[in-house]
Amino acid sequence: MSTTVTPKQPTTAEPASAAGPAAASATFPAAAASAPAAPGAPAASRGQVDISTVRKSFGATEVLKGVSLSVPPGGVTVIVGPSGSGKSTLLRTINHLEKVDGGYITIDGRLVGYQVRGTKLHELREKDILQQRTDIGMVFQNFNLFPHLTALENVAEAPLVALRPGDPRRRTTAEVRARALELLDRVSLKDRADAYPRQLSGGQQQRVAIARALALDPKILLFDEPTSALDPELVNEVLDVIRELATSGTTLIIVTHEMGFARDVADTVVFMDQGQIVESGTPQDIFTNPREERTRSFFSKVIEPAFNI
Amino acid sequence: MSTITAPAVPAADYSDYTLVPARHPWRWVGTVVVALGVAAVAWSLATNPRWEWGVVAQWFTAQSVVSGLVETLKLTAISGVLGFVLGFILALMRLSASPLLVSVSWTFSWIFRSTPLLVQMLLWYNLGYLYEKISLGIPFTDVRFFEVQTTTLISQFAAAVLGLTLNQAAYSAEIIRGGILSVDQGQLEAAAALGIPAWRRSTRIVLPQAMRAILPNAFNEIIGLVKGTSIVYVLAYSELFYTVQVIYNRTQQVLPLLLVATLWYVVITSVLSVFQYYIERHYAKGALRTLPLTPLQKARKFFATHAVTNARSPR
Ligand SMILES: Nc1ncnc2c1ncn2[C@@H]1O[C@H](COP(=O)(O)OP(=O)(O)OP(=O)(O)O)[C@@H](O)[C@H]1O
Ligand SMILES: [Mg+2]
Repeated sequence: MSTTVTPKQPTTAEPASAAGPAAASATFPAAAASAPAAPGAPAASRGQVDISTVRKSFGATEVLKGVSLSVPPGGVTVIVGPSGSGKSTLLRTINHLEKVDGGYITIDGRLVGYQVRGTKLHELREKDILQQRTDIGMVFQNFNLFPHLTALENVAEAPLVALRPGDPRRRTTAEVRARALELLDRVSLKDRADAYPRQLSGGQQQRVAIARALALDPKILLFDEPTSALDPELVNEVLDVIRELATSGTTLIIVTHEMGFARDVADTVVFMDQGQIVESGTPQDIFTNPREERTRSFFSKVIEPAFNI
Repeated sequence: MSTITAPAVPAADYSDYTLVPARHPWRWVGTVVVALGVAAVAWSLATNPRWEWGVVAQWFTAQSVVSGLVETLKLTAISGVLGFVLGFILALMRLSASPLLVSVSWTFSWIFRSTPLLVQMLLWYNLGYLYEKISLGIPFTDVRFFEVQTTTLISQFAAAVLGLTLNQAAYSAEIIRGGILSVDQGQLEAAAALGIPAWRRSTRIVLPQAMRAILPNAFNEIIGLVKGTSIVYVLAYSELFYTVQVIYNRTQQVLPLLLVATLWYVVITSVLSVFQYYIERHYAKGALRTLPLTPLQKARKFFATHAVTNARSPR
């Protein structure tokens, strides 16, 4: 699968890309992003994510050093890399939980968190940012379920309050409830709908969190190490749910240390190190014959010999 | 053969034995000592004629005492509610990103926590001496929308409410801020990632969780406020404490009348404590895997299980 955008529209008022391709990895030209909000955008583009030379610093340390990445709609992209390489930070810029210092991100051609005014990108008002986020579900390492709400209430909360009047996804309370139950059923937890998160196992909590992220019918789902906080025997029940989602047409971007799972489910594997994308490609490319020395040495440490045939 | 050599520990069968709980003799000794102490205090209260229980009973429900009690409850309710509302606003200001709001909130708490309530109260009451008139208009011009004499605006009641409210707000702001800070940052992040609007994030996600930390301190404050209202006697405002003072100055039955006031404060505090128990229990939902039983449920269970064991093993 190609990692650059194939159907390139005629660039109208393209925001000047902040940095040249120098910082970006060779595989990802900075021009990867498509034009912002072309009105006649092809109907098929649901959940196309383009990250263009994104930079981010915390204080003096630069955590993202000009990262560019294109994720095709419906694809499954797995990001791997050593601790501290900036994987979570990159993921969090996609729904503007983290503001970028340079570069930009578009989803289906629409800028995330900003709008073009003249030659400047102005940050959107909070209301509009929240609205954009309803298209992007996120699943956290430590679940972050609301502990004082039942599983059902956790799933139903956002559909009840996050959608503007006129949004086609708005439903009545009864419909939201029915749909929430349906989602809980999809993660095999219908019978625990009235349980509070602390009454559930870690694996069950994470499955509720996935149902919650699905409740707004997002185009894109972001997973930040969804199984890292789980006991080994609970990992698979969560991975199975994600596997099932991988075939659903939603764009998935997954940060994980589960290499076997990555090899199974990913269309594209992206290897990050020190705030840069070192290389990316099919699981076959990255796991069995990586081009870069850094990639090779990372995998030789994390993958058990039995797996690395 | 080996069957002989093994000093065979018999696989004993204890299924017919009765279970005997461990005994705690010192617990019994402690209980007896405390019970004796309580009995002695009760005996002296009941038999010492100087407590004048008859006088206490006579005044406990007297018209003037009850109307003083109503004033006390009114002051507590009004300044409690207003104090916590203002405290909530101050807490949000203190947690905001604006340095101006933060410092205004900080200064407010600093001033009102460092001046004695008595002084605040007298200051408000004597505001008319400092500012003869209070007016609403456009600053630095002569335009006035309305203007009143300060003394007509600040009655005893207004001074009392103003003093208690502002003082209460300063303390409750800190309590509420502490509660909000105790909520995990990940909760806000998850809510923001779901696109939940800011106001809803505060009221539906953060506050209910903050309540766990806020409630015990808040009830401390409210119970303190019930008795704290007695300080408005300096304004000659006829709440419970001022009322009994007036009575004992006339009848000279000082101790019994102080006892009347005390008993009423005990009653209010007890009622509040029961409320506290159930409100805390409400907000414990989801925080505990299983809620502990209420005293009522415990009692029911106690009688139910004991009835069963007694029936099963009659001695
Ligand atoms: N809010 C923050 N303030 C300061 N530094 C931060 C902040 N968030 C992340 N960092 C730093 O940025 C770097 C990248 O962090 P990030 O969480 O993106 O790494 P990661 O690749 O997800 O690592 P891990 O696999 O351990 O989760 C780290 O050095 C981290 O200490
Ligand atoms: Mg991380």
